Amino acid sequence: MTQQLFLSLISCVAVGATAAYLGTLMMEKKMSLVAGPLGHLALPGVALGLIYGFDISLGAFPFIILGIIIIWLLEILTHLPTEALTAIVFATGVAAAFLFLPIEQAEIALVGDIESIGLQGAIITVLLSIFIFFVIKKIFSAMILINISEDLAKIEKINIKKYNFIYLMAIAIIVALSVKLVGTLLTAALIALPAATAKNLSKSIKNYTILSFVFGILAPILGLAIFKSTGLPAGILIILSGALFFLISVFVKHLLSATNN
Amino acid sequence: MDTNILEVKNLSVKLGQEKIINNLSFNVKKGEFLTILGPNASGKTVLLKTLLDIFDYSGKIVWSKKAEVGYLPQGLTPLKVKNFPLLVEEFFNLKKNKFGDPMEFLKLVGITDKNILKDSIGSLSGGQFQRMLLAWVLSSKPNVLLFDEPTTGIDTNGEKTVYSLLHDLWKKEKMTIIMITHDLNIVSKYSTNVLCMSRDNVYHGKPKEILLPEILEEIYDAPVKYYQHYH
Repeated sequence: MTQQLFLSLISCVAVGATAAYLGTLMMEKKMSLVAGPLGHLALPGVALGLIYGFDISLGAFPFIILGIIIIWLLEILTHLPTEALTAIVFATGVAAAFLFLPIEQAEIALVGDIESIGLQGAIITVLLSIFIFFVIKKIFSAMILINISEDLAKIEKINIKKYNFIYLMAIAIIVALSVKLVGTLLTAALIALPAATAKNLSKSIKNYTILSFVFGILAPILGLAIFKSTGLPAGILIILSGALFFLISVFVKHLLSATNN
Repeated sequence: MDTNILEVKNLSVKLGQEKIINNLSFNVKKGEFLTILGPNASGKTVLLKTLLDIFDYSGKIVWSKKAEVGYLPQGLTPLKVKNFPLLVEEFFNLKKNKFGDPMEFLKLVGITDKNILKDSIGSLSGGQFQRMLLAWVLSSKPNVLLFDEPTTGIDTNGEKTVYSLLHDLWKKEKMTIIMITHDLNIVSKYSTNVLCMSRDNVYHGKPKEILLPEILEEIYDAPVKYYQHYH
């Protein structure tokens, strides 16, 4: 294995596993799709990174945070549904990005460029992913209870606003990291696929999170293995590997329920 | 028995521009079974949530220092968590302040089969789910219980079981209960005091004094058919 492939692999496994863990929370809050528009919000930052030659994630992060703040402010000012505001803000971000993004670099922005990651980038990606993993672990129980009943959570003295803020920041960081690896188009899939696969096979929250984590690791490994032998774009192969696991889980779920009946 | 566990004085609550509760005062004594009655939109749920410090208010709400409050909210049903991969055992683990084994509290609500711990919470029947929730609330060992229509989504037999269970708990564990219900028969059968409220009027006292046709008609703004049977 070349050093480049090794760096790509550990980065993808770290981000994939953490995105998958976060995905279980986002799935239960019916927010899996939100990662898509958030990924697109990163496009102007990705464009700046590509034009001026700095790290894509560094460019993406402030734009995602800015996007979240604009959506939050517009929600207060207009009382329009969050999904409508997300659509408006992300479309504006995409339009602005394509005004000055060189067309030949659009592919990198949309589907990522795993091979461009250097040693320093890989170390930061892995450390940030591990940090976010422990943050999610810390807020996980409270977020599940908030999701079941905000009233029950309030009685348990859980500060809902604080937890939601930490949760959104975790999403912003993971989306920024994912954008670099699989591009703005595929970020939502990196978060949603392992959680959806795990949910098909789980009855308990323990199994759900463990399986999501496992599929979050397996998809990049399989994707990069195929990349090595075919040379096709790695980001796309990682997502397709995740989709393959999902299809298998649908089949297994169907088989299990048929056996039980 | 005469110590106040809750004192509410000149309580007013506004949600947005709308005044929901206006200058309400009442006390609850330790060991009381208080039911809160009233038509829809009379502010019953808002009152309960304000007592729990969920809504902002003006006036005074003083809980006794010995009060450990538990709360069962309205509208939490198995349907809401149907596709949620969460076992009963895991649901108990989400509670921060809990004392002892979940089975100890599940037994209190009449569930003795240990296998329930490995069941998914969304697979429980309406009655079982409500009893499991009650056990969840009890696991922090509260001495005051607040209920908001605890039998929503349960069939008639299940309703009877839940109410008689609450009554048994109240008697055995010497708890204070504050409960919203629409069922006038339950009010007269179990409660020691009634708070009957509409947007304009509030009556507080023993069921015998409050459950009178003229008061009920005034509160509900329509004649109310009801046969009294006190115990």
